[in-house]
Amino acid sequence: MDFLNALVALTNFVLVPGIAYGSQLALGALGVTLIYGILRFSNFAHGDTMAFGTMMTILFTWWFQSMGITAGPLPTALLALPFGIAVTMGLVVGTDRAVFRFYRQQKAKPVVFVMVSLGVMFIMNGLVRFIIGPGDQQFADGERFIVSARTFKSLTGLDEGLAIKTSQGITVVTAVIVVAALFWFLNKTRTGKSMRAYSDNEDLALLSGINPERVVTYTWLIVAALATIAGTLYGLDKSFKPFTYFQLLLPIFAAAIVGGLGNPLGAIAGGFVIAMSEVMVTYAWKKVAEYVLPDSLAPSGLVQLMSTDYKFAVSFAILIVVLLFKPTGIFKGKAV
Amino acid sequence: MKKLLTATAAIALSAGSAFAAGHAKEVKLGVLFGFTGPIESLAPAMGAGAEMAMAEVTESGKLLDAATVTPMRADTGCIDNGLATANAEKLIADGANGIIGGDCSGVTGAILQNVAIPNGMVMISPSATSPGLSTMEDNGLFFRTAPSDAREGQVMAEILKDRGINSIALTYTNNDYGKGLADAIQSSFEAVGGTVTIVTAHEDGKGDYSAEVAALASAGGDILVVAGYLDQGGLGIIQGSLDTGAFETFGLPGGMIGDSLPTNVGSDLDGSFGQIAGSDSEGAEIYAKMASEAGFDGTSAYSAESYDAAALFLLAMQAAGSMDPAEYGAKILDVANAPGEVINPGELGKALEILANGGDIDYQGATGVELIGPGESAGSYREIEVKDGKNETVKFR
Repeated sequence: MDFLNALVALTNFVLVPGIAYGSQLALGALGVTLIYGILRFSNFAHGDTMAFGTMMTILFTWWFQSMGITAGPLPTALLALPFGIAVTMGLVVGTDRAVFRFYRQQKAKPVVFVMVSLGVMFIMNGLVRFIIGPGDQQFADGERFIVSARTFKSLTGLDEGLAIKTSQGITVVTAVIVVAALFWFLNKTRTGKSMRAYSDNEDLALLSGINPERVVTYTWLIVAALATIAGTLYGLDKSFKPFTYFQLLLPIFAAAIVGGLGNPLGAIAGGFVIAMSEVMVTYAWKKVAEYVLPDSLAPSGLVQLMSTDYKFAVSFAILIVVLLFKPTGIFKGKAV
Repeated sequence: MKKLLTATAAIALSAGSAFAAGHAKEVKLGVLFGFTGPIESLAPAMGAGAEMAMAEVTESGKLLDAATVTPMRADTGCIDNGLATANAEKLIADGANGIIGGDCSGVTGAILQNVAIPNGMVMISPSATSPGLSTMEDNGLFFRTAPSDAREGQVMAEILKDRGINSIALTYTNNDYGKGLADAIQSSFEAVGGTVTIVTAHEDGKGDYSAEVAALASAGGDILVVAGYLDQGGLGIIQGSLDTGAFETFGLPGGMIGDSLPTNVGSDLDGSFGQIAGSDSEGAEIYAKMASEAGFDGTSAYSAESYDAAALFLLAMQAAGSMDPAEYGAKILDVANAPGEVINPGELGKALEILANGGDIDYQGATGVELIGPGESAGSYREIEVKDGKNETVKFR
């Protein structure tokens, strides 16, 4: 019984939030890594693309809600998601045509692209705040929990509760579907193959008749979809606030780099590594230890490896260690 | 080219004449709040409060030689020292006669040290509450209409004790305000025999607080006290704790009191309690009414303090017969405290007239202003409890 309690406490506070957060980071990192792999620059505007996509989804959600369309126990945002994605696709492809294409034709250096993406980031940042405002927006509706802590306790008779939010469940399921679809697309379809070819060797791909503009457009479309999905899931699970999305850029890049920039598998692994390390290393094991150990050995302190103040230090320490010993990331990406 | 020259000349001329007129009849007050950043949801009502006092004085036409009062808004970002000091410099360059602000404690200290003291500019902050500002050397230039957090720590400890709570977990937003307040709460609560199981910081502006919630839950405690901001990490921590079933009741210090919190969290927050600077003075009600007529929420945190800060500036200027910070600065304590005729919000015109005739006033304003020691509010608090999704005042302390 005590062992079960310990297990439940650990699942509730470490595993469930860690996996949900990891999935969100992984989806974000996938977008960053695709841009890096195919367009060859680090897109700093990604966090704000996520914010824009989420904002559009929220606006459609509100519209649907006002018309009385809901998805029953699921959040209405899922219905609005395709529309949000469509508008975001329009925005990023438009940005590419208006801004990035010019620099591509100039054959600008990657660092120039990075700076340009920084500019795009600020514009999108302003655009989002201009349209929806800087404040918090809650748009989750439907059933809030799959299992709530209280129900779990009364069902099982355990002392510890286990809560799984609907948004966490949806996050993981969606992440699995999206990743599977992405890998199928990249590996099985003609367009996906041409994208990978373009990523591996641009000159060779051009020689074999691949249309670069087409590849670039497809990349942006996929990235827009990934960003909107990641942003919406994150917003459903936590809440939507433009500033938070801007700050998300840091863990997302950390995830992409740890996994290996340019490698989709790496982005997913990186997302989970970063999320888990943030939650696990700073976890206070007191409660778990009290359940598992006999009373005489029960700790009086918190049994915390380090304070939560250092959780970002942990993920960046991992980043540095990975870069020192495997500069291309855990999975072989492009050298940074 | 010719056109450009004429246009430039015309602009220069008109600017020149505007300046000339401005010198005699215009008082400019900087309104330096965090219109962006962690307390951006509070700043609009604070700015509106300050501007309402200015409009009231302008309308009365009794300040100095029927001077008009012009607000100049600028942003501190709440936590961005660089932005805040740059904007303060800009306000002074633009001819501000006084600065209402800053808002958050960290930037307020930075503006005071880097801009106000070197320029001899008077600042009245409506919302900077760090105990550190009490002891900072300010050359008599810094005042605040909000009490220090050291006092809030005592009040919170009293409330916790009265409600029979013996152990708390404590988390604070990682800045001057949060750290100062957390220290004050911890020492006061331990002094009355309470236990603090864990004290941990959280960073604002992140979305994910699973790690913090996990650590807090593991340490346990009767309730969780969140010394943070309601728009930022504070909200995330509460949401996370409720979702995982870690805590059900929360202690909410001043930075967490605001309408958006119960709205965002929902009915689960019912039963949580806290306190915020505020008094049961007659002024508070009058002010709330004036504010709702003007179309904003006067009970929003620190809005009334902002009104009072602006009013104190203008009354002190009238008392000194000057809008020079070096001259009116010394008068601020005089107009704020007894003896003299009691002045409530909406009576600024009357106050200006009394001062013009050489009389004495005791400005009570919207928050029962009483400045003590180094020019800070003595500190009465409203005890708040969340009932049916609303912050309700249950008691004054």
